[in-house]
Amino acid sequence: MEASKLPGFLLRRGVKAAIVVLAIVICNFLLVHAAPGDPASVIAGQSGAADAVFLEQLRRQFGLDQPLYVQLWIYLKSVLSLDLGFSHRQQAPVAQLVLERLPATLLLTGAAFAFALAAGVTLGALAAQRVGRWADSVITVIALTFYATPLFWVGLMLVLIFSVWLEWLPSFGMSSVGVEMHGLEVVWDVAQHLLLPALTLGLFYLAVYARLTRATMLEVADQDFVKTARAKGVPEGRILRAHVLRNALLPVITFAGIQAGQLLGGSILVETVFAWPGIGRLAFEALLARDYPVLLGVFFCTSVMVVLFNLLTDMLYAIIDPRVEVAG
Amino acid sequence: MTVSRRGLLAATAAAPVLMRVQDALAQGIAPRRGGTLTTILTPEPPVLQIGVNNQGPTLVAAGKIFQGLLSFSPTLEPIPVLAKSWTISPDGKEYVFKLQEGVKFHDGHPMTAEDVIFSIMKFHFEVSPRARAIFALIDKAEAPDPLTVRITLKQPFQPFLLMFDNSACAIVPKHLFDGQDYRTAPAVQRPVGTGPFRFAEWQRGNFIRLERFADYWKPGQPYLDAIIYRIVPDSQSRRLALETGQVVLTQGSDIEPFDVPALRARPNLEVSTKGWEYFSPLAWIELNHRVKPLDDVRVRQAISMALDRNFITQRLWFGVGKPATNPIASTTRFHDASVKIAGYDVKAAAALLDAAGLKPNAQGVRFTLKHLTLPYGEVWSRLAEYLKQSLRQVGVALELESTDAGSWARRVGAWEYETTINFVYQFGDPTLGVERTYVSTNIQKVTFTNTGGYANPKVDELFATARNAADPKDRQAAFSAVQKILCEEVPQIWLMEMAFPTIHDKKVRNAITTGLGVHGSFDDVFLTA
Repeated sequence: MEASKLPGFLLRRGVKAAIVVLAIVICNFLLVHAAPGDPASVIAGQSGAADAVFLEQLRRQFGLDQPLYVQLWIYLKSVLSLDLGFSHRQQAPVAQLVLERLPATLLLTGAAFAFALAAGVTLGALAAQRVGRWADSVITVIALTFYATPLFWVGLMLVLIFSVWLEWLPSFGMSSVGVEMHGLEVVWDVAQHLLLPALTLGLFYLAVYARLTRATMLEVADQDFVKTARAKGVPEGRILRAHVLRNALLPVITFAGIQAGQLLGGSILVETVFAWPGIGRLAFEALLARDYPVLLGVFFCTSVMVVLFNLLTDMLYAIIDPRVEVAG
Repeated sequence: MTVSRRGLLAATAAAPVLMRVQDALAQGIAPRRGGTLTTILTPEPPVLQIGVNNQGPTLVAAGKIFQGLLSFSPTLEPIPVLAKSWTISPDGKEYVFKLQEGVKFHDGHPMTAEDVIFSIMKFHFEVSPRARAIFALIDKAEAPDPLTVRITLKQPFQPFLLMFDNSACAIVPKHLFDGQDYRTAPAVQRPVGTGPFRFAEWQRGNFIRLERFADYWKPGQPYLDAIIYRIVPDSQSRRLALETGQVVLTQGSDIEPFDVPALRARPNLEVSTKGWEYFSPLAWIELNHRVKPLDDVRVRQAISMALDRNFITQRLWFGVGKPATNPIASTTRFHDASVKIAGYDVKAAAALLDAAGLKPNAQGVRFTLKHLTLPYGEVWSRLAEYLKQSLRQVGVALELESTDAGSWARRVGAWEYETTINFVYQFGDPTLGVERTYVSTNIQKVTFTNTGGYANPKVDELFATARNAADPKDRQAAFSAVQKILCEEVPQIWLMEMAFPTIHDKKVRNAITTGLGVHGSFDDVFLTA
């Protein structure tokens, strides 16, 4: 891609992205309000006692006494000024609630992502190189197993083995609570808590990357330019790295782009099994409590991330494979 | 005004407290200072300000931060907390509370009668529907001196004292709320009470940490340095946390009933179902009387007789709870043990349905009812499946609908259901927690009112008599009569007197000492070495 084309490309894609995000915001708003029940009735249902005054007070406080289009207009105005609103249920600004959960979420999904990508591509490449031999079979079987096993079950089994039987790792939470710790002790403590959930979340994607890498590498390995390279006498290791792997990476990047876009969304299942204080649970609990502003806030952040990473992925294509043209 | 005083004095009411320390000493265990109690809270509460939020988990954790004037023994006798003693005038209209001396809020402000009056007349009256209904009976509340509160009622109200537990009327600091919107005041985010533990840290989705309040008004107490509530959303993870010793106490719905037998078998753990006497939740099949044929008393009797309540308590709840015998739980005042609903009898149930003219079709189905499954965990789904199987035996086809908490609350509140399950707290006295489900004046489109739409003028009259009578004997007569009528008419199908398992490591002492169990202040809880 020529450097001169970049600003125009970014502008066009930026405008498109903004329109997409706006459409998503409106869809989300309508969807969320289409679910039966509202936060006031949920609170009344959980409080063990209620009267009509109570419901009316809550609905007025939450702004639910306004017509839906007014509520939508108020919400759009605040989103456009980058104000995600206020959770009346939790008596806290949504931005604060989301930001509180962000470090934990990124740590978990980031660790799982890095692990899955690195280990997945390595295993896939190894399998492709040794296609048909026992190492290939072992890797393929492992990948298939993790691809097909439900996440929460993998999580529970890991807990059973490493926490209950071996007593090596804690079974839930993000850190030890109520213990004085400093510097490296904290890092070590969090790392111990991180290992099982990151592994659980990462194993599924590892399987995806391994299978994807293996398949595309085998496809590329049959192409003419690889034969040419081999005929020229290029060493086998260099052929694999520079010619086969590099060309096989495009589908992997596509998939990694999709996964990266979801990093911020966390994972409800893994966060629930391991009591990890991430955004997935925040969204899930907000859904159950009909805490509309929080739910919309999480949706907004994740949709922005997805749109952003799609853009990044497109640009990365052009860098890895100069034949790919970016188009606005 | 001279008042000859009767009523309960602190000395007698305090007996259970003294007993407990003596029991401990008799076992050779002196309370040990220090240590952190790690436990679990599910689901995570939205805020920890009692009144602004009154969900179960809020009451458990905030019960350590806030205190009421009184607490209640397992037999619902009042125990002094912030009120040192109290007297009731012979006509039952004047209540005088003497407050403890030297009580401070966590921000150092002394607690006085002004705070108590503010909490009753303004704070809870404004935010809490439960308090509003009862405190509307107050004519005036005065503070003759900073440590005395005198409340005059418009009419005698015998269950009045039950409203001064922490869960109904936590004493909040006037200086942090007065003149503000109580629901949005900054103190809601950083709660300040008089309790033995003060709010220290809350990492949402992770844990709540409460720390020892050094200026607590009971000398030498609390014994613990801190209490940590971990937020663990998955029930199997909670069970593992308890089994591996990562937490030493679970309560409420933390542990699913089907996991209880395995935990009972562990030698280091103690399982108790006590400590729910004040709330005494009663579970029932909630019938919508507007749906035919549920308006026919014979149909309701038949459904009730087609169910084996022993099976429900033993096989679904594994003995956590007791079969219900009538609309008033046996742990609630004025329960009449001689009044019982008809027992399990499938043949008699079928005969009643025949008599009601509901003949089975070729598939053996007399009629079909929808059932909204209570979305509060796995055990309720199992109950719905049991109901479906049992009722099919008498020719009633139950169609199960699943839902989530939000939809359930809305649909029950809007009367948009045929049958569902509900469980309702009784708050110690039928006037406070039972009447609301059956009197026709409380048929409202709000959860926990008479959403079923049952109406019987005689029942209305008896509940009114019991509410207004000053003498417990007159109240008992009215409640016994109403229990008889309700047992014949079965307006709701009572299933089980619920209890929730409190499971703790044996080194945790005094976890349950009152009729409020884990909702208590924990100022006497300690960990043995």
